[in-house]
Amino acid sequence: MRKFSRQSRLSVVSCPHNEAAELALTESVKFVCSSGAVGSGIHLPAFRAAMERQPDFVASDAGTIDAGPYHLGVGKGAYATEALRHDLEILLTEVPKGTPVLVGSADTAGGDPHVDRTLDIIKDIVSQHGLKRRIAVIRSELDPAMLQNAYDDGRVVALDHAPALDRDGIGRSTRIVGMMGVEPLQEALQEDVDFILAGRCSDSALFAALPIMRGIPEGLAWHAGKIVECGTLTCETYGKGAMFGELFADHGIITPVGEGLRCTPQSVASHSLYENGDPYLHRESSGTLDITDAQFEQHDPVSVRISGARYIPADRPSIKLEGVEFAGYQSMLMGGIRDPFIIRQFDKWLAEVKDDVRQRAARLLGDVLSPKDWRIDTHAYGHNAVMGAREPSHAHPPHEIGLAFCLSAPTQELANKLAELSRQPLLHHPIPEWSGSITGFACLFNQAHVERGPYWRFSMHHVLLPTPDETVFRREILTLG
Amino acid sequence: MKLSDCTALIRSKNAGPFSLTYDIMFSDEATYQHVKRSGVITSEAMAEKIGCDVNDIKFFVCDNALAFKFTIPRLLPAGDPADADLHGGQQFAPLMDIEVPELSK
Repeated sequence: MRKFSRQSRLSVVSCPHNEAAELALTESVKFVCSSGAVGSGIHLPAFRAAMERQPDFVASDAGTIDAGPYHLGVGKGAYATEALRHDLEILLTEVPKGTPVLVGSADTAGGDPHVDRTLDIIKDIVSQHGLKRRIAVIRSELDPAMLQNAYDDGRVVALDHAPALDRDGIGRSTRIVGMMGVEPLQEALQEDVDFILAGRCSDSALFAALPIMRGIPEGLAWHAGKIVECGTLTCETYGKGAMFGELFADHGIITPVGEGLRCTPQSVASHSLYENGDPYLHRESSGTLDITDAQFEQHDPVSVRISGARYIPADRPSIKLEGVEFAGYQSMLMGGIRDPFIIRQFDKWLAEVKDDVRQRAARLLGDVLSPKDWRIDTHAYGHNAVMGAREPSHAHPPHEIGLAFCLSAPTQELANKLAELSRQPLLHHPIPEWSGSITGFACLFNQAHVERGPYWRFSMHHVLLPTPDETVFRREILTLG
Repeated sequence: MKLSDCTALIRSKNAGPFSLTYDIMFSDEATYQHVKRSGVITSEAMAEKIGCDVNDIKFFVCDNALAFKFTIPRLLPAGDPADADLHGGQQFAPLMDIEVPELSK
């Protein structure tokens, strides 16, 4: 058996639990995680095998902030409609009515357009298959005016490394979502629904909500959710399959379902590192999952037994906010440089090219575009593009450099104009070693530039401290079919 | 021996849009304990290797997971036009070359 040990421990907090509910717990609570994300592809044979274990509920998250600010800004997710439809169709037709299905962080970003797009697909599937389903839709997009009031009250609080934010910044945000915990899901489950479609939602909460209602200790329920939410990523080697969990009063069993899949104490413990800044403490809306003293044991050849996680309730709920601000439009040129003379003076050459573009822009577009309203960003592949200032390796000059030359401006038309102004300097900017006209940039595309379209930037990394009477998440119940 | 010769996986990834986290993971206890004892994986050594202020590092020794972990601020928010690694997934390479004393037989 292995235990986490941490060099600096928190003071020990007793495991909170609902004694009345715990006394009523006579059976385990079983669940299936269909895949790491709705839209990433449910493996049907494994899912069917998992469903034979008769879970009390099925859940899967459908989103992540890791996809960047674009999807929240544009209002559309990262997966093709066909891929979402494939997975939702399995969730709607393969799960028996009466076994709740919980899907959260709809369509990658969990905003209202993302919920709407997913709901449209669900309605279509329900109608096509002649199903009858009671569906709870919980929206998590927040009204900027409400958040501005909260900001004025000092109830919008920055997290580590948050960007500067003020009242106007909240107003400028294109879209802001709040991340729900178990509470809105539990309220929906009490409405006896077949399916919950949630906006932005804690991944783990989708798996913790129902077990906590049935009396499973919160630490165990959240911990199990944390382990399974990425699907088979928690296995020794990632592969096609589903995850199955069974939770008892004082421990849980996590089992992968799929050919060749295996969980080990190390693979499950290691998964708690993934994408988390802190391996032990996982902050949620209503408290903190503390797995400092969690225990992991091999239960059978593929399953792991978990126990020992704690849940430390927060003094008051804090709802994580994700917001994006429209930043402009981009256009880019992409090409390669092979001339060793240019490569050996690459930084200087590139600075001169950019300077030439700036001068042309000032001359030709100065009346419509002030220098502060547009920007050039370059990514020189082969020349510190991936690691930038943190690149330690300068030992071997590359023999060729791939260059992405990106122009950002307030409109697509202006971004295109800047790209058009950039082509000549990129192609023909002289270097002292050669006399005569050179062509120093191998264009990848014809036309030379590509419209990148609109882009957004993250404007928030904050939490909202709601008041008890504040409605943050909006729920509606639909009867389909 | 290089660190990459004895690890199960060295990886980097976003921990939210404003932080980068690095995991150095082993598949057997003996190698993990050997590297831990060798003292080459420390907060100070990682700060120097990655080029960040040691005060900005949150560093963890995870015995249970047979892993070391540290988290640092991103140079730029994920998705910024000047950011070249949206998911932060390719920032770990400098850790691969860290020299680890040979395991005694």
